[in-house]
Amino acid sequence: MPVAPRAPGRWQVATVASIEVQTPRVKSYRLQLPMWMPHLPGQHYDVRLTAPDGYVAQRSYSVASSPLDEREIELTIDCLADGEVSPYFHEVVEPGDQVEVRGPFASYFVWRGTEPAPVVLVGGGSGIVPLMAMLRHRRRTMPETPMRLVYSVRTAEDVLFADELGDDAILTFTREPPVGWTGHTGRLDAGLIGEAAAGAMTAYICGSNGFVETASQLLLDAGIKPEWIRTERFGPTG
Amino acid sequence: MSGFLSRGFSGRRRLPPELAARVPPGQYVEQGFPVLTAGPTPKIEPDEWGLRIDGMVGEPREWTAADFRELPSETVPCDIHCVTKWSKLGTSFEGVSLDVLLADVEPLGAYAMAYSYGGYTTNLAIEDLTGGKAWVVSEHEGESLPREHGGPARLLVPHLYFWKSAKWVAGLRVMDHDEPGFWEANGYHNRGDPWKEERYWND
Repeated sequence: MPVAPRAPGRWQVATVASIEVQTPRVKSYRLQLPMWMPHLPGQHYDVRLTAPDGYVAQRSYSVASSPLDEREIELTIDCLADGEVSPYFHEVVEPGDQVEVRGPFASYFVWRGTEPAPVVLVGGGSGIVPLMAMLRHRRRTMPETPMRLVYSVRTAEDVLFADELGDDAILTFTREPPVGWTGHTGRLDAGLIGEAAAGAMTAYICGSNGFVETASQLLLDAGIKPEWIRTERFGPTG
Repeated sequence: MSGFLSRGFSGRRRLPPELAARVPPGQYVEQGFPVLTAGPTPKIEPDEWGLRIDGMVGEPREWTAADFRELPSETVPCDIHCVTKWSKLGTSFEGVSLDVLLADVEPLGAYAMAYSYGGYTTNLAIEDLTGGKAWVVSEHEGESLPREHGGPARLLVPHLYFWKSAKWVAGLRVMDHDEPGFWEANGYHNRGDPWKEERYWND
């Protein structure tokens, strides 16, 4: 095999090393890459599926893992009922399977560690995935950098990465909080953002368009400069 | 193609051939109109909006919102293709052709940087902006262009990936050389032809 260039963009065949069930609708896939290169937290990979007659489907998925995990990436995939790629992952893919991927891509919605701190991450639903890469990487490389996650989620059953959310995460439940919950409930509001973003200089927001619009307005109101508010809006993808 | 096959994949969103022929490689059809923006949505009052064409031109021009409304506009039926993989077929916009806007300014360079309220930029060759291929539009499917989709006005260059169709467009700076705009500096292709699948730098 020739020496693989470490440029992003070439399709490569990854192997599924393990699958972790996050919630009934969301699973994390650990992929081993023969041409791995470190990504910036927040970057995405493209996935390509090919049928026997040559029919192809492609989607983009954010990386959830830290680039310190060498030679592998974690893609955390929400199964969308009318989707094509996400149901394939959920219904067909098993450990040992191979998947074509290329990446990492896009260098704006990324945390490099050089942005003004404190940093606030605001995620809605599966919008937490690229933010988790930032949180995980910061814990392992720059734990002294203040970074806080605000995570809006419908019910306790929908919480991703539940066992990794510590003191640096503030949750709010929009539908049904867990029994005995004394924290925030309901949609994002000025009180919650004011608490989480106090002193924050940089913000990353990821979620549905409506969620991102609300969160970015609240963060602007909280005094964060527009050029330091980075957003990623997922349209329907699947 | 690599010859790689995905075990157990047959494809469940296949299109009838007449539609499939309109969808560039790697794209899928989306019925809605997803919003993608790198930062907060700028708020520009329709009457405060204006458009400039400047840089290397014989005659820089500026249009107020009122001036712009006096220009001849046309309905542009088109398919649009976002680099994030969705395509929207059979949509339409209403606006003014760049051929009209550039007619009086005499571009002296072969390249342009489109710039927007809020700071967004994207680079285009003049060749991709002329010849009935690009417009500044203020309506989508008969309604005022919504703010989240670039209202009061955006660029429309439907033959390229949609990040080239700058939202909240404020002007074009004509240049004698090419330089990368916002996404072009952040990993995306310099030209972005969806039919050649020019998504990223090395494509």
